[in-house]
Amino acid sequence: MDPVLKNTKKELLLGNEAIVRGALEVGLSFATTYPGTPASEVGNVLAKIAKKLGIYFEFSTNEKVALETAAGAAFSGLPAMVSLKHYGLNVALDSLLPLIYLECPLVVVVADDPGSWSSIQTEQDSRWISRLGHLPTLEPSDSQEAKEMTKYAFKLTKKYKIPVLIRLTTRVCHTRSLVKYGKIFPTKKKGNFYKTKNLSATGSLPTIERHKNLLSKIKEIEKSELLKTKLNKIFKDNSNKVGIIASGVSYYYAKEAINEIGINLPILKIGFSYPFPKDITKKFIKNLEKVLIVEETDAIIEYEIRQIAKNVNPKLKIYGKDLLPQIGEMRPEYVLVALSKILNKSLPKNLVNNQKYFKLQKIEKRLPNLCPGCPHRATFWIVKKALGKNKIFAGDIGCYLLGALPPYKMADYIVAMGASVGLSHGVSKSTGKKPVIFIGDSTFFHAGIPALINTVFNKSDVLIIILDNRITAMTGHQPHPGTGITGLGEKTKALKIEEVVQSCGVDSVEVINVYNINESIVKVKKAYQKKGISVVVAKGECRLLTVRKLARIGVRTPKFEIFRQSPNLEILKDFGCPAIRKHKGKYYIDENVCWGCGVCRQIFPKNIRLKK
Amino acid sequence: MSNKNTFNLIIAGYGGQGVLTMAKIIAYAAMFAGYDVKQAELHGLAQRGGSLICQVRFGKKVYSPLIRQGNADLIIGLEILETLHACYYADKNKTIILANSEFYNPYLFEQKGIDSQKIIKDIKSFGLKTELISASKIIKKVIKDTAMINTFMTSYAVEKKLLPIREKFILQAMKEKFRKIFWEDNLKVFQIAKLTAKNK
Repeated sequence: MDPVLKNTKKELLLGNEAIVRGALEVGLSFATTYPGTPASEVGNVLAKIAKKLGIYFEFSTNEKVALETAAGAAFSGLPAMVSLKHYGLNVALDSLLPLIYLECPLVVVVADDPGSWSSIQTEQDSRWISRLGHLPTLEPSDSQEAKEMTKYAFKLTKKYKIPVLIRLTTRVCHTRSLVKYGKIFPTKKKGNFYKTKNLSATGSLPTIERHKNLLSKIKEIEKSELLKTKLNKIFKDNSNKVGIIASGVSYYYAKEAINEIGINLPILKIGFSYPFPKDITKKFIKNLEKVLIVEETDAIIEYEIRQIAKNVNPKLKIYGKDLLPQIGEMRPEYVLVALSKILNKSLPKNLVNNQKYFKLQKIEKRLPNLCPGCPHRATFWIVKKALGKNKIFAGDIGCYLLGALPPYKMADYIVAMGASVGLSHGVSKSTGKKPVIFIGDSTFFHAGIPALINTVFNKSDVLIIILDNRITAMTGHQPHPGTGITGLGEKTKALKIEEVVQSCGVDSVEVINVYNINESIVKVKKAYQKKGISVVVAKGECRLLTVRKLARIGVRTPKFEIFRQSPNLEILKDFGCPAIRKHKGKYYIDENVCWGCGVCRQIFPKNIRLKK
Repeated sequence: MSNKNTFNLIIAGYGGQGVLTMAKIIAYAAMFAGYDVKQAELHGLAQRGGSLICQVRFGKKVYSPLIRQGNADLIIGLEILETLHACYYADKNKTIILANSEFYNPYLFEQKGIDSQKIIKDIKSFGLKTELISASKIIKKVIKDTAMINTFMTSYAVEKKLLPIREKFILQAMKEKFRKIFWEDNLKVFQIAKLTAKNK
């Protein structure tokens, strides 16, 4: 049984799982997402349990559609939630902002990724969006709070008819901690849509009217909710003249630092961070001489405090991003160092020692790799053999972004979901060259289609290779429109990418089986030679998925071996399979690593064979 | 347990070695033993064969999910290069380092000249005590492949009393969290590790 459904008093849950449990305890009835780490498990857990509980759940084609779908449910009176990673919120932003004006009672979960552990684009702090849209925002510090705040978010959204943002960061999403369970509340199976002018009234007057309503609603929340909420709380209110203000997981780093230094400093914990809790802040900073603000990632609370202090305590010394990093994630040692500096205390010996000696240590880095047997590796090999290494290559978001690393280095730019197509179109128009684009199946459905249509419409000259591995792989194997299965596990129409491409007006469409190397090389060469837009759909199932499917039915993956040495095998270095190794001049395949795709045998049929 | 009654455990390895599973098992075992627990892990692209560090903290009341630099009680490394990475958390006067002494070259294809003996020497300089064991060599004696280094190291640490959680809680967590088809092999590895620890 999934841990979120257990009939138990307490359970170890990831922050993401705790969000789901919280939602279940207030009768979640409708949920959507597009997979994105560090938010992925919210959707993954729902995909496993939704059907059983009578909840509607879907993986939508992209975050904008996901948010709109959930908003439709919220307008129809169902408790609804959408979960997204930080860039996902950007994709959905166009619809989110008007939905705030339109009083949509929707819970929005966003996971930021300070430190870029599972993201390559930016270290965005989504709390700016709270301010951009006037969006009430909660910031849990651990799983228990994630659960409680989710319940509270559903109450707020219903009471004030406004979307509410739950803002997580990686260390909240992906830390397991104990959660006390309440009762699961039954879901509401059917909604009702009441026709009203409020949603459709257009023109500048209604918009201005809605803006006015929104601002007065925020005022009301400030007056009523912020004054009584326990999410913003002063701990150890004492006469000490140095205090700390912290939100999210940073609160716990501050707690640790205080404990280590051994001085009982007062802390103001901010859990409800937009609208900003001015009253409790005023009370907290009034008699302080110094305050340290600890938050991930930008100086948002710090900015608020600086404004408030101007009137309440102009002499207050405010420390924040001057002592703490704004780049990368917050860490307990950073807070300890900052606080020790403010208090003029010496650092623990083991920290000083480690800082001194570990820095001197030069350690080789282990870079991530495409899995053994990965169809993307085969595709990169095929394209390199067909077109050489010197074309302009565009990467996109998915496992195949690893093609930017050695030995392939076949990505000159990677920007955002689907961005490879538009960008390359611009490069092509400007240079007269023909860029080669690598875009994954799920990414193509997500944001590639409008860009593809644009290339046809505006007479582009690019080669688009759509890597169709039959799943959304990087975020943990979620289905997409080409898979034939929905988020609830039901059968649905499986869209064929080649047909979608054709119907967008592309005349040159070629399908290749990437595990058939020689034939694919010929087809890619031909596709590139065509003037104008051509598309190659490179089919090959995610190897990890294949291996897991086989394991489930008790079949071991085949293994290959090198049975005849040859100096030519040195070429395999450029193939870059982690299973193929060279030791003391001899080439061998590590059978613990090989997942039996057999591409290496196709490259060297006289030296490599299936191992019996 | 030092550091005001919170035990700080680092588990280091590379993606695919079962670092996440091991951290989860130990975290559950700590919960079964009645402790407060926080277990930090990482998901996504970093796991595709890259370096991976998980942290488990347990005790009466745990605040931060992350261990402060230089403040680990125990570092369990599933591979030596990754163990050296984890020495960011080591304290010369406190940290016990238990590492699988096997080295897996971080570079594709060819062994670049990395001196694994030097890595071991460096690891030793960071901890109070370092214990090395060649895990997969022993595992090979009882099961077909060399997987389950994670289970081996967990069992070894428990038997040697480096990890202050009783065996029965670890086994309870394993039984609950492992898929049935893997349970028997894991148990075999658990037992051989226990035996190895006893005789060493």
